[in-house]
Amino acid sequence: MTDNYVGKRVKRTEDPRLIRGLAHYVDDIALPGTLHVAFVRSYYAHAKINSIDTEAARSAPGVIAVYTGQDVSGKIGPVPCAGALPDLKVPDHRVLATNKVYFVGHPVAAVVATDRYAARDAVDLIMVDYEELPVVTDVEEAAAGGSVIHDAFSDNIAYRLTSGEGDIDAAFAAADRTVKQRVLHRRLAPIAMEPRGVLARYFPGEEELTLWSSTQIPHLMRTQVALMIGIPENKLRVITPEVGGGFGSKLNVYAEEALLGWISMQLGKPVKWIETRRENIQATIHGRGQVGDIEIAFKNDGTLTGLRYSVFADLGAYHQLLTPAIPTLTGLMLSGAYKIPAIQMNITACFTNKMATDAYRGAGRPEATYIVERGLDLVAAELGVDPAEVRRKNFPQPDEFPFHTATGLDYDSGDYETALNKAQEIAGYQQLREEQKKGREEGRLIGIGVSTYVEICALGPSQAMPAGGWESATVRIEPTGKVTILTGASPHGQGQETSFAQIAADELGVNINDVTVIHGDTGIVQYGIGTFGSRATAVGGTAVFVAIQKLKEKAHKIATHMLEADASRVSFEGGKYSFEKAAAAAAAGTSDPVVPVGEAPAGALPEPQTDGKSSLTLQDIALAAHVAKNLPPDTEPGLSATYFFEPKNFTFPFGTHIAVVEVDRETGDIKWLRYVAVDDCGRVINPMLVDGQVHGGIVQSIGQAMYEEVVYDEQGQLLTGTLMDYAVPRASHIPNFELDRTETPSPVNPLGVKGVGEAGTIGATPAIVGAIVDALAPFGVKHLDMPIKPENVWQIINRG
Amino acid sequence: MKKAINLSVNGVSHTDEVEPRMLLVHYLRDVLELTGTHVGCETSLCGACTVMLDGQAVKSCTVFAVQADGATVTTIEGFAKNGELHPVQEGFWEKHGLQCGYCTPGMIVTAAQLLDRNPDPSREEICHGLEGNLCRCTGYQHIIEAVQYAAKKAGQS
Repeated sequence: MTDNYVGKRVKRTEDPRLIRGLAHYVDDIALPGTLHVAFVRSYYAHAKINSIDTEAARSAPGVIAVYTGQDVSGKIGPVPCAGALPDLKVPDHRVLATNKVYFVGHPVAAVVATDRYAARDAVDLIMVDYEELPVVTDVEEAAAGGSVIHDAFSDNIAYRLTSGEGDIDAAFAAADRTVKQRVLHRRLAPIAMEPRGVLARYFPGEEELTLWSSTQIPHLMRTQVALMIGIPENKLRVITPEVGGGFGSKLNVYAEEALLGWISMQLGKPVKWIETRRENIQATIHGRGQVGDIEIAFKNDGTLTGLRYSVFADLGAYHQLLTPAIPTLTGLMLSGAYKIPAIQMNITACFTNKMATDAYRGAGRPEATYIVERGLDLVAAELGVDPAEVRRKNFPQPDEFPFHTATGLDYDSGDYETALNKAQEIAGYQQLREEQKKGREEGRLIGIGVSTYVEICALGPSQAMPAGGWESATVRIEPTGKVTILTGASPHGQGQETSFAQIAADELGVNINDVTVIHGDTGIVQYGIGTFGSRATAVGGTAVFVAIQKLKEKAHKIATHMLEADASRVSFEGGKYSFEKAAAAAAAGTSDPVVPVGEAPAGALPEPQTDGKSSLTLQDIALAAHVAKNLPPDTEPGLSATYFFEPKNFTFPFGTHIAVVEVDRETGDIKWLRYVAVDDCGRVINPMLVDGQVHGGIVQSIGQAMYEEVVYDEQGQLLTGTLMDYAVPRASHIPNFELDRTETPSPVNPLGVKGVGEAGTIGATPAIVGAIVDALAPFGVKHLDMPIKPENVWQIINRG
Repeated sequence: MKKAINLSVNGVSHTDEVEPRMLLVHYLRDVLELTGTHVGCETSLCGACTVMLDGQAVKSCTVFAVQADGATVTTIEGFAKNGELHPVQEGFWEKHGLQCGYCTPGMIVTAAQLLDRNPDPSREEICHGLEGNLCRCTGYQHIIEAVQYAAKKAGQS
């Protein structure tokens, strides 16, 4: 054990290849003879396909094949949905549209050609005869009846669900006061900078298919694609090379992934499809998409007594992998960071003629936090008290953990007031309020927003997950002493190649440069679940940690044997197993010289030399374990350990975000004055990576709060189909972040980590909206729906 | 109807016959196998494809390869010299200016041009200079710090 790395700001081991342009994303992999695929996609939101004329395309230069829904129907299974809810309606979701198209961007035909230009040209030669059908885009209209989208069902309601604990009616009946507010969570596009992409290569002789895909879940994809296209799972290898961001949008199994594999098997050639940005906004999952009514019951002293949220969830035309599950995650987190004795959520989840919604960073939990935090602001406004004080009044105290909520969860650990106090101190909260007051007298519109969020992370116990919530790790010490970690988590920018190496380097007492973390290849790595739900470190990192402990037990046994010592007298420190009596000599600098890792002689493995030594390095033991000439009885050769970690609970990170803005009376422009965030994600492995996750999350919140919105018109046409129309925040849109932390370890895993990947997207939106609403309070504003744009603000100021 | 082009990329001269409609980014990636330059939007909005063309940072997804005939191009692969990272590359590593890394090559090229033009930029000038490049991971704060690091480092040398 050393403490050289964990908790320190260690530069990323991933970066040298990335900053030099030497890393490989899917489209960077070139296989000889690769064919390229382009898709014909529906430009109608709902239409019957009368006919598809592919003749001209088939004879176009460079075109090898064209496939329509009829060609693949019955040969490729449906796109999977893992949502398991009572009475859930699951439409038959084929990889290519068969008789009807259900949303703009719905794939209708695939063209295979010798290069991407030829494939794209041929797409325009395919004539589809569509017959337009009535379109349903509004989720409440979908719920109320209107035209039914899927013939198989009698209405557009995919499911209804009521959840929560406590006597909600009694809570409202007995309340001193109540507040009610309709809240919109617009559809968002995740916009990973690398669009999706698939490269498929089938070897007919070996009967092996390899899929390179930009995904967050290589193993789950392997299982699902194997089932879809009917290849034995052990003949399918999924490789996720570098993945250029996911944010949940690649936590999925898409039609294109199965279809490309199938096409490669038909043609016996490598085939590649790289999504364009237009396709990405049309046909990669969207996030959010809820319209709901929040009601809060409370006492005159600010004590919360009940919360009800009745929501229409806009699922889109089909279920993708987790589509129906996302609104239920909102229901889980409706207690926020507060004691609320009665909570009820009523979900009406509907089909609409749009792309599916699914997990986008936060996945249902930002909606919950937004609802609760906006609600608390309304309660504060109703009572005329400071929004921070309403929050403080309703916090569970640290000694009340594990804290049971009326949503059925048990929060692991927390100290919400300390985080709030720290954030207020950093922000100079009282002074800010005074400046705001003074500013208002001078006509300035300054607003302060506070969010004291809690999130559910480290997803999660398998009982609560559709397909396993554990994570796996293998830790191996190679004969030369190098440490190899195979993790089932599949990070894509979060930096676990570094943070897992930090854990291993400290636990094994080796140099971090001697540790390599391998992930994202089902041909190399044992089955795993993937990276999403802020789980990779808390669940996957724990698997690494425990695997190391197992490995050290074996190493200790071998060391004891080799040193011919009593087991209790051999200790492990600084990467060495030593006799007690040897410790003093080692400290005096007279211990045996050890060949530094990486400087072992070339050629044949050296014979392990143990005679007369009083201590052994892990390298010595690894070599002995592999040479296997002098092992204790009944000891397997080799030095590796595998562990599958099953968490007993989720983790619940929390924190306080304070946003301070000033609104320009003339233009409605919203200017940043301050942004303070105090986050508690449990024990921190690498503070630099944590800061990066928080920054990125907050900026996605800024996007949601102020700029981003997927807009469909009444005909279901996507009006925000490019990055010109879909406004992702740019560098000039951000405040100068002031971050700090509190550190409340999680009791759920031995590392004490909680997770931080989604904190920013969950905690920040209510602070930002709260600040803008607060700035506009002199105009009687109590709530505004996101995204709040200067034009909305200007209209409020100028409506008199 | 292919057209012959001759250009210098990262100090190496190349002559090729290309379709007139071939985009510069596809020429760099598919023909020269310099895949460090990425495509993120095909519409000049995200900046992932930014390269230096005759000393100007341009978005190579909206430049035809034939337009680069006779030009000098530097891609991300040409930034480190003799194994020494460019100060901007070093800044990105030191300050954690990247996560998934997809926007990074374009960001580095843009940042290098920004510093060429303004060796001591303010925070606002850096933000303004990076407006043509999107990053979805970092929230930009560490990118801004990376550029500040590079400015300081270049100023010292």
